[in-house]
Amino acid sequence: MTLTTTSSPPVSGGSGAWRSVRAELRRRTSLKVSVAVVAFFALMTVAAPLISALGGWGPEEFDKSAVDPYLGGLPIGPLGGVSAEHWLGVEPVTGRDLFARVVHGAQVSLLIAFAATAIVVVAGVAAGVAAGYFGGRTDTALSRLMDLTMSFPSLIFMIAMMSVARDVDRTLLMILVIGLFGWPGVARVVRGQTLSLKHREYVDAARVGGSGPWRILARDILPGVAGPVIAYTTLMIPGMIATEAALSYLGVGVRPPTPSWGQMIAESVAYYDTDPMYFLVPSVCLFLTVLAFTLLGDALRDILDPRGGRS
Amino acid sequence: MILYLGRRLLGVIGVLLAIAAVTFVIFYVLPSDPAAAACGKACSDERLEAIRAHMGLDAPLWRQFGDFVTGIFTGRTTGSGQYALRCDFPCLGYSYENSEGVWDLLVDRLPVSASLAVGAAVLWLLLGLTAGVTAALRKDTLTDRVLMVGAVAAASLPVYFTSVLLIYGLIRLTGLLPYPQYVPFTADPLSWASNLLLPWLALAVLYAAMYARQSRGSMIESMAEPYIRTARAKGLPRRTVVVKHGLRAGMTPVLTIFGMDLGGLLAGAVITESLFGLPGIGRLFYGALSTGDQPVILGVTLLAATFIVVANLAVDLLYAVVDPRVRY
Repeated sequence: MTLTTTSSPPVSGGSGAWRSVRAELRRRTSLKVSVAVVAFFALMTVAAPLISALGGWGPEEFDKSAVDPYLGGLPIGPLGGVSAEHWLGVEPVTGRDLFARVVHGAQVSLLIAFAATAIVVVAGVAAGVAAGYFGGRTDTALSRLMDLTMSFPSLIFMIAMMSVARDVDRTLLMILVIGLFGWPGVARVVRGQTLSLKHREYVDAARVGGSGPWRILARDILPGVAGPVIAYTTLMIPGMIATEAALSYLGVGVRPPTPSWGQMIAESVAYYDTDPMYFLVPSVCLFLTVLAFTLLGDALRDILDPRGGRS
Repeated sequence: MILYLGRRLLGVIGVLLAIAAVTFVIFYVLPSDPAAAACGKACSDERLEAIRAHMGLDAPLWRQFGDFVTGIFTGRTTGSGQYALRCDFPCLGYSYENSEGVWDLLVDRLPVSASLAVGAAVLWLLLGLTAGVTAALRKDTLTDRVLMVGAVAAASLPVYFTSVLLIYGLIRLTGLLPYPQYVPFTADPLSWASNLLLPWLALAVLYAAMYARQSRGSMIESMAEPYIRTARAKGLPRRTVVVKHGLRAGMTPVLTIFGMDLGGLLAGAVITESLFGLPGIGRLFYGALSTGDQPVILGVTLLAATFIVVANLAVDLLYAVVDPRVRY
């Protein structure tokens, strides 16, 4: 037994991997910046009401004194009404504070993206491990289901489902709908990884040693798939954020006046010429978040999953 | 090979039926009542029943679905007597909004969406693969870094942001391009291209960035294979080694995502089409959603699914052409 246990899994989520994450973090400046950006927006998500209280305005508070009714409601002052009062300027016509809206928008956008990602990861890992480890009919059935889900025109389907549901919690529905189409990606990665792990010597050793399937899954397989899953998940988050933004942009996301980035961009597109600041604020936030998560995911993949999840 | 193809085609039909069934269930058990909408405000109960019967909405759900599926292959007749409405093969039903055949609507709009998708695909393949392969061959040099930083940034730009920047830069500021207005290819190829160039660019920026990242990765992998060393050792020119041996094998992962991307776009890029006001399937779909026009929604979903499934099949068959190690 002692002999067989010396062969270690190729990709471990253990301390070795985290040490190299930390080492990489010190080495790459781009990674440092992206971690900072992610932390910044994560903080915004958690503490949105507190942060926007700093600015002194609520996200749904109108300020008619900040817009010029004779100019079609354009903000008064330079750069879309940036002032000590309104840090990032105001929305045209309504005069709502952009800082407050973008902070609360971060909360809505990122919460939906994170929650959908959580669903996708849990469902994907469960399905992937089951398909890979149990094989046979379970594998056939689950693989078919993955193929079927992946054949759905997902964006079209999401839009349709969001637009037909009327009296439901939009945020919850959006999380479920986005999550519904994401799991096969994770499941495929996990299935491949599980297949390559399940006949490794240390797993066989555990089996010979009398471990039941659940114990093997939890103690031997799951830690082995953790690395690729973490990398894949981080790379998936920008897609989730972009999907949420796209749905909100198309007007089937969260209901106004609750702000979300996609919805703010959709409203501001008409003003890109007359009030560029209004358009730029949510767009740049969206861009930075997506970029930061992509860079972070790239780095994690390089460290935790050198073969890119293919086996 | 023929056996494989037969099995795959059966699978395709199965997948499409499943998608049609799911779509059908979701959109036909809705609270909205199209018959009541068609009947208008002053509507008697008998009239409502008559319209329901005419639309075939009085039958149980499975019957409606069965009628719908057989209608696709054989055509079908709804209503009876003088109100009978014959819908010929391939029947996808009639739009609740303007009573036009859904099939005709789709055929009418498809050239726009297809022009957008195919043109953008050509552009993003050219840009993306060139950037990806160049970066892979110059791995860890300045060129590589610049290209990849550019790619990761471009991949993070949402398509509506790129579109607005392009509209502002190329139309508003410099007037280099006209505001897109769809001109059929058959009418005037040159004006077709110049009108679509902007939407092509908007889509291509995003996809090219993703393809550059993907193709760099797989190219680096395939250039590390032993057969590349063999090809080099044989004294083949570098060009042949890169293109015939490295690129061909490195293209399989790219081909996979290309099938899904192109298939998905052919049935309409909803955001791009609405941003640029192109009358494609995406716009048709978006319009149908706001009016609850279920036959159109179902038709577009099915068409989109068909494109994706067929594109995936085509890709699987192409593997054998691209990668000599794949045989069916």
